[in-house]
Amino acid sequence: MSKIESLLRDTRVSGVILIALLLAFWQFSAIYLVKTPTWPPVTRIFEAWVENVADGTLLKHLVATFWRQMLGYGLAIVLGVGLGLAMGYFRPLYNLFEPLVEVLRPIPGPAYLPILVLFVGIGHEMKVVLILLASLFPILLNTYSGVRSIDRVQFDTARTLGLTTLQTFRELVIPAASPQILTGMRISLAISLILAILGEMIVSNDGLGYFTLLAQRTFKVPEMYAGIFTLALFGYVLNRIFLAMEARLMRWHHESSGRQ
Amino acid sequence: MLRQYPDDLQQRRETRQPMTDFLAVDALEKRFASHGRAAFRDVSFSVKQGDFVALIGPSGCGKSTLLHIMSGLSQPTAGRVMLRGEPVLAPRPDMMFVFQQYTKSIFPWKTVLDNVLLGVKYQARAGRAELEKLCLEHLELVGLGRYPHYYPYQLSGGMQQRVAIARALARRPSILLMDEPFSALDAMMRVELQDLLLELWSDLKLTILFVTHDLDEALYLAQRVILFSASPGTIADDVTVPLAYPRRQIETRSDPAYLQLRERLYRNMVAQVMAGRADVP
Repeated sequence: MSKIESLLRDTRVSGVILIALLLAFWQFSAIYLVKTPTWPPVTRIFEAWVENVADGTLLKHLVATFWRQMLGYGLAIVLGVGLGLAMGYFRPLYNLFEPLVEVLRPIPGPAYLPILVLFVGIGHEMKVVLILLASLFPILLNTYSGVRSIDRVQFDTARTLGLTTLQTFRELVIPAASPQILTGMRISLAISLILAILGEMIVSNDGLGYFTLLAQRTFKVPEMYAGIFTLALFGYVLNRIFLAMEARLMRWHHESSGRQ
Repeated sequence: MLRQYPDDLQQRRETRQPMTDFLAVDALEKRFASHGRAAFRDVSFSVKQGDFVALIGPSGCGKSTLLHIMSGLSQPTAGRVMLRGEPVLAPRPDMMFVFQQYTKSIFPWKTVLDNVLLGVKYQARAGRAELEKLCLEHLELVGLGRYPHYYPYQLSGGMQQRVAIARALARRPSILLMDEPFSALDAMMRVELQDLLLELWSDLKLTILFVTHDLDEALYLAQRVILFSASPGTIADDVTVPLAYPRRQIETRSDPAYLQLRERLYRNMVAQVMAGRADVP
């Protein structure tokens, strides 16, 4: 009894079991209750998935998605962190750009699409710029607010130790703002995948978004679900990698804020 | 155990001639730009090399602001700070500041050793190994020789403040400006750090300006106590503490001379607080 209680309380076994049960119910319902091609059994989806993994199709599309996502996301990090650090540290720059950021920020990422099609076309670049624009703001905002919330005493410490501006950035500003910078990066990681898939669904000839939508349009329903499962798995793995990296880098932060 | 700077600085210090006006503030005033009220005004005093001076006063009397100005971290609206006849306009390596908020001034993302290194690595031309050795020696000096690779979150508050003191000392200052350095610590740690500071002061021949709101701490530590009046702060009293060093927590605090001075300063402090209250519209 107490063993079950502690399993329920201390582990996520129950959550894994729930997923397994839902999949089992799906399987059951597809075979006995809802006999329609749009609701294939899980085993049929798995077969389609194995076929597409085996012939390299899914890997090809996964790599295409990953590549454009990382390109847009990487550029967003470089721009967002760079500009954010400068805005957070130099007051005149903050005053200059903050209102503009506040005006642009509420625009949902996909809304840039029509403009981008006009200016950048419908190719690879359009998708990269779309991902970049949508991923930029969470990183930018978190970076400058992270820098601006650095305690006065820490800047005074840097000054009494005779650090130059560049040394202050390296020793104080970047590490002190890093918990918030990473928060922005984590939010944008999810956004970048959404926009990559969206871009691929609108117009593309590769990527998981393209694969999934094409499967739907050609009535390869199990393939469509296989694409979505692949996306779920891909997003999950990306997030886990990110969290592991964050936990490693931010150990000091979690430990010191846990104590106070 | 005699604490010594681990290098030639000891000799340099001993050959230097004491000057009467080593560190002086002259008609200092600070008005806040936002509301135009003065934090303090017309503050003048001078400190001899090797002195241990405590600045006390009710909260809001500007004693902390004064210390910031003396360190060059902020600027006065009138008057000036002179060190060895030169005006102090910016932080300088021979005057180190120790902050009250050690959780902030010790960087939590750096180990103890890296925190101490931060004070010297950009200044000295010595190699990394040599600097690490220097920093370790200063950590020994404050009793943290066994903790160089710990992170601040693994240390108690008292140990963190020791790191701050070691970092300041590693820059080999002649003056320590300390802004309520022990007020965030519990009573036991405070006592330990007070005695450590007194040892460091006498062994390293430091000049110390120590801001506190704790009258007993001021009297126990300092040779001289300057009392500030309530806002806007001015000097209300300036007393010499005629108690021998080394001081002892129990004996010194029950010495008749201590008690007499304590009463005088306490009466004066209460009067300042009352006057400050009457001022509030």
